[in-house]
Amino acid sequence: MSYEVIGISVLWLFLYGYLIVASIDFGAGFYAYYAKVTKRDHIINQIISRYLSPVWEVTNVFLVFFFVGIVGFFPKSAYYFGSALLVPASFAIILLAIRGSFYAFENYGSKQSNIYMFLYGATGLFIPASLSVALTISEGGFITEENGVVSLKYAELFTSPLAWSIVALAITALLFISASFLTYYASRANDEKALNLVRKWAIFWATPTIIMALTTMIALSQRNERHFNNMLDLWWVFGISIACFLVALALLYVGKHYGVAFIAIMLQFLFAFFGYGIAKFPYLLDPYIHIEDSVTSEPMAIALIIAFIGGLLLLIPSLILLMRLFLFNADYAKGKK
Amino acid sequence: MEFDTVLMSRLITAMTLGFHIIFATLGVGVPLFISIAEFIGIKKKDKHYTLLAQRWARGFVITVAIGVVTGTAIGLQLSLVWPQFMQLAGNVIALPLFMEVFAFFFEAIFLGIYLYTWDRFKNPYTHWLLSIPVLIGAGISAIFITTVNSFMNTPDGFLLQNGEFTDVNPIAAMLNPSTPTRVAHVLGGSYVTVAAILATIAAFALLRKKGAATYHKKALKLTVISMFIFSILTALAGDLSAKFLAEHQPEKLAAAEWHFETEENADLVLFGWLNEDNEVVGEIRLPGFLSFLAHGNFSSPVIGLEEFPEDEQPPLWIHYMFDLMVSIGFFLLAISFIYLVFTFVKKWNANNKLFLWLIALSGPLAMLAVEFGWIYAEEGRQPWILRGYMTVEEAATSSPYITHMFFLFLLLYIVLGTLCVVTLRKLFKNNPAEVELEKRYPAFEKGESE
Repeated sequence: MSYEVIGISVLWLFLYGYLIVASIDFGAGFYAYYAKVTKRDHIINQIISRYLSPVWEVTNVFLVFFFVGIVGFFPKSAYYFGSALLVPASFAIILLAIRGSFYAFENYGSKQSNIYMFLYGATGLFIPASLSVALTISEGGFITEENGVVSLKYAELFTSPLAWSIVALAITALLFISASFLTYYASRANDEKALNLVRKWAIFWATPTIIMALTTMIALSQRNERHFNNMLDLWWVFGISIACFLVALALLYVGKHYGVAFIAIMLQFLFAFFGYGIAKFPYLLDPYIHIEDSVTSEPMAIALIIAFIGGLLLLIPSLILLMRLFLFNADYAKGKK
Repeated sequence: MEFDTVLMSRLITAMTLGFHIIFATLGVGVPLFISIAEFIGIKKKDKHYTLLAQRWARGFVITVAIGVVTGTAIGLQLSLVWPQFMQLAGNVIALPLFMEVFAFFFEAIFLGIYLYTWDRFKNPYTHWLLSIPVLIGAGISAIFITTVNSFMNTPDGFLLQNGEFTDVNPIAAMLNPSTPTRVAHVLGGSYVTVAAILATIAAFALLRKKGAATYHKKALKLTVISMFIFSILTALAGDLSAKFLAEHQPEKLAAAEWHFETEENADLVLFGWLNEDNEVVGEIRLPGFLSFLAHGNFSSPVIGLEEFPEDEQPPLWIHYMFDLMVSIGFFLLAISFIYLVFTFVKKWNANNKLFLWLIALSGPLAMLAVEFGWIYAEEGRQPWILRGYMTVEEAATSSPYITHMFFLFLLLYIVLGTLCVVTLRKLFKNNPAEVELEKRYPAFEKGESE
């Protein structure tokens, strides 16, 4: 396998990891606010804060990993994406900053202020919306390069059905992922009331997620036919994804094995995300960044891969420790520790 | 009003980094002191130190959060504001940036575990052990980032052929000539600054005389001893840095020292200012001392600014930054030394009012020294972003929206800074040490208090 393929596979895996952990986090923020507005916060907010407080920095690192990694493996992406995304990415940074500081500031506040809860909920929806601009522009046609100046065509972007359907897909998917994770977490904590509430939400958001996925496919076919046709060729990957989705939905309905249901949802998104990514190959940014001519030099690629493997050997045991202490420690989840 | 995009790019980066390094410095240094305090607490079975570690850790959670979000901001801004630079430099210096994320990840995981597991282990050393990966992760992050900044000053590990970097050697780029001296100076500087900040907190508490005097005196002693040790190490590293500059980046030293003509037995210019004809007035001259600082020999020749083309000279005002940094450094060294002498001569009172005030000043001053030193390091590299290869002007984004983004980020940092202060105040004002000691260790307090 060539370096660029290894590189992009690793990065894509990290982006997938971010998609899952950040969805849980963002969705939880929205639900926390929604529950407060509908006066049901006493039911679920303890579950939410017990899970989220220890892990938010870890979530953030997935994102940093992805963008530092992509600049490392494909330095050209710093130039094109960096130039074009100044405004949307700056907004994302600011929203992330507000959200990140929420944990630190709010945890020590005696009572939860309404403004901060609103920001916490709203940023959870706006961050994915602003980050998804990167995916949209990578399909091509949103960037111009004249006299060495790269700029983003804002009018084109804001009137693009693809851009809006990606935003909608991101939001519906994160609410679905988050609710199904919270369902699993509530069941681990034996919290019957919270379980019933979040399970209802998980089932509710399943249908819009699939509808938006299909809508995005249609919008993509108009924007980038090559990408769309490649996706059709990979129909079986998306077939597996849908099968996983159906398994998860069935389990949520029946009300059993929430852990398995959540794993099925993770697989659903894994297949869909990789099907989408492989079909996009070989362009990181159509047509400016072709994966083969933008990859970094061989010594750097090797160094990055070695660093990556070394880093994983260090991190995986640490992450397992973190999860055993908090996430999958039933006593902790129940609030006894 | 029309703004120059290059100027705005510089301002936005200066603002983000100027804000971030406050929290980055705390992030590097505080874990060390938490770890030391917890260790002493277990070893001596002294609950004061345990509480010290816990209270420092509690404040640290707040500052680390801001460090994380501003660190994410600068990480992204490197590509957003300096796209050309990252495209070029990314080819050579991506490795430490990548590894820094790993180091930070490692630190974040263990910090999360450390903070939430104070009472979860039977053996107290198990919990203390968790602080080690945190402080190592923090230190290594600082080292990796410093290698990137060093690379900008003394690029190495590649050949330039037809406008492209070839024969890339990522390790050589990381271990470029200025890396060792800078890493030493940055780490030492972080530890001394954090020691000073924590000493300030203890000194203030003692000045306010609200109680728990024994507790605060212990904190003061621990931090001032550390301040003394680390300020010596930092000064030594600074001296090595000067010798390094004389060798590899002479224009930076020359601009900082207002050393215009190459000469032997060069004078060291302290303070002073420049008149209209760019002549130095009101300065203190130490004959031959610049030669000594640069080469360890009073007669060695020191390269002057005249040997560089005018458009490749750093601005002369960095002299003030350099002098301020060095002066504060010596102030910290002196005050901590005198305090220690007073402490060891038992009949002198080290905790007198004047001393406590001077120590209370040292924290903010140390943080200012970090800022001055950093400004000196960055401005001393001008006009280059990658010395000898790419200027700052060539690297900046061409997006006209950079001005809007500047004001947006300014607002963000004002909000974050305010919230940070408000939260820290709330955290400690409603729960001062004396109250917490009484609440948590009533038996211990009765036996220990004066």
